[in-house]
Amino acid sequence: MSAMTTSERSNTTTQPTPPSRKRNSLAKGKLPKWAIPAIAGGSIILGAAGSTLTGFHVASFAIYSAVIFLIAASVATTVVEGKRRGKNATWTYLIYASFILALIPLASVLYTVLEKGLPGMNMHFLFSSMNGVTGAVDNQTVENGTPVLGGAYHALMGTLLITLWATVISVPVGMLTAIYLVEYGKNGPLARAITFFVDVMTGIPSIVAGLFAAAFFGLILGPNSRMGIVAAVALSVLMIPTVVRSTEEMLKIVPNELREASYALGVRRWRTILKVVIPTAISGIASGVTLAIARVIGETAPILVTAGIASNINLNVFANWMSTLPTFIYYQIMTPTSPTNVDPSIQRAWAAALLLILMVMALNLAARLIAKLFAPKKGR
Amino acid sequence: MTTNALTSKSSTSGRAGDKIFSGAALGAGVLILITLFAVAVFLLIQALPTFLADPADISGGAGFFSYIAPIIVGTVVAAAIALLIATPVGLGVALFISHLAPRRIAGPLGYVIDLLAAIPSVIYGAWGYMVLAPALVPGYDWLATNLGFIPIFEGPASQTGKTMLTAGIVLAVMVLPIITSLSREIFLQTPKLHEEAALALGATRWEMITTAVLPFARPGIISATMLGLGRALGETMAVALVLSTGNLIPSLIKSGNQTIAAEIALNFPEAFGLRLAELIAAGLVLFLITLVVNMIARAIIARHKEFSGAN
Repeated sequence: MSAMTTSERSNTTTQPTPPSRKRNSLAKGKLPKWAIPAIAGGSIILGAAGSTLTGFHVASFAIYSAVIFLIAASVATTVVEGKRRGKNATWTYLIYASFILALIPLASVLYTVLEKGLPGMNMHFLFSSMNGVTGAVDNQTVENGTPVLGGAYHALMGTLLITLWATVISVPVGMLTAIYLVEYGKNGPLARAITFFVDVMTGIPSIVAGLFAAAFFGLILGPNSRMGIVAAVALSVLMIPTVVRSTEEMLKIVPNELREASYALGVRRWRTILKVVIPTAISGIASGVTLAIARVIGETAPILVTAGIASNINLNVFANWMSTLPTFIYYQIMTPTSPTNVDPSIQRAWAAALLLILMVMALNLAARLIAKLFAPKKGR
Repeated sequence: MTTNALTSKSSTSGRAGDKIFSGAALGAGVLILITLFAVAVFLLIQALPTFLADPADISGGAGFFSYIAPIIVGTVVAAAIALLIATPVGLGVALFISHLAPRRIAGPLGYVIDLLAAIPSVIYGAWGYMVLAPALVPGYDWLATNLGFIPIFEGPASQTGKTMLTAGIVLAVMVLPIITSLSREIFLQTPKLHEEAALALGATRWEMITTAVLPFARPGIISATMLGLGRALGETMAVALVLSTGNLIPSLIKSGNQTIAAEIALNFPEAFGLRLAELIAAGLVLFLITLVVNMIARAIIARHKEFSGAN
């Protein structure tokens, strides 16, 4: 920029322009470096002052300061550097603000889960169920100040089993579909229809997937047949499209030379796919599957309408109601075990939330690690 | 001779393997189409009693339409609030990551925003119920006293904060990562030459964004918003936990209103007979609405794909 300014100056010295010509905005003055930090400091002080006038509050302090800064900095830039630069500055600050605004809920959610979840997170919580824990038990806990009884072992097991079954159903179906799309379907009408509807399936509301599984098994086994496997089917409806999409992307980037080299050796197509194509893409596929599991493990709505709620340990997905961590959280908050003393229930709910978030984060991390560790070696 | 036998054996088993494998792949693909079709059919069969029943027997006593209409409006209002907040913020975050942040921290920042998408919806619901709703009460009181003349801010404000506006804000947080990650992808695809040409002509960074980046990304932004809308329409737990439900009212800061997904989640566990059919019919309506929204979004993306490759 400074280079341009000098060339502009040298231009004017060699070829004098008519005096009526407007000054180029590039040659105009610039705000000194200290101006923006100074305005920021000033607006923080003014924001604090304004907020104290109406009774100090962190939120109003932040809002006042931000608004004062935005206006002052924009006006200053506009006056000193011109209208276009002023507009640029305004929008730049707005974009920064939107980013900070987006971080607030994330930080708040993580902080809340840690703060409220840690006190309830202990061995007893992890390894006992809610069997026999009634409102009376909770009332006694509060009156005597003893540690909270009852835990989420049954819900943890339910989550693991239902997710396992959903994975067992979705991974073969999803991978075979992706193989069909990439290796067999090419760009035929059926392949295009499948691609389109897989995309549409990604957008099915989770509660509708749950209703579908409930309606399907309701027709076969009679009404109110709620059990783990129904929930697993509901989760599969949500999981299959994710698996298909990620597998498809991965299979597409396997170079064709590998397939052709295999065919040239006389290897059959199915063996080529199983022994050459899939091993090359396995890291991406595995990480995609892990992300898909992370997505469905926290689903609540479909479980609510398909697996019911239980307070005892049920390890059989083919019979009786089952609890999962998300539904456990939901019911502990909505219908506390003891309506008069809700604190034990709330504590259990947040401990379960912490457990669930840890599982989801671990799965996300695992997906990244898998993608990194097992990535195919790059040729030369 | 041995070699002959070997080859012939391997080739027959190989042929069968090929048939089985391609058949299985085709079968899986068709299974997905059947599943989607089955979703619609089974919901329709189970919902049928609602449409055949005497209107007086439906909840509300005036037929299915007057039962479902207010909660459709509630669903749309909640999704609209979510999009009104999430679209500008999401686009801002995407622009920040793609064009403003230093390259070294842009990648990690992208992960951080993706983390928002990884948090399960029930945890957002719990957060909205216990942290956000109480925190918003003073704000609602202020809105009710100062802007109460506008019907949507009509007081007295809810003292628990469990209102439509809170639900909309929680939905906005959940939709934000979808809008951000999709539009970020598209912003990054903007041809570098267009951007550099704009800068070379003396454009400021914001002018470069408005003249080169945004026009290029417009279809992508529209479809990202539509996909966010699809998510907001179908999101259940946030609304079920955060909203203290009731009849359809214009005020967003009083208890009341209801969305389809939350109506199903709240009532399904105790429902049987005709009530069950009603809720499944409501699910069918939700399915159709989100299906249309998603199909439009996907169609825009698909059309856009043909042009974006050329650059």
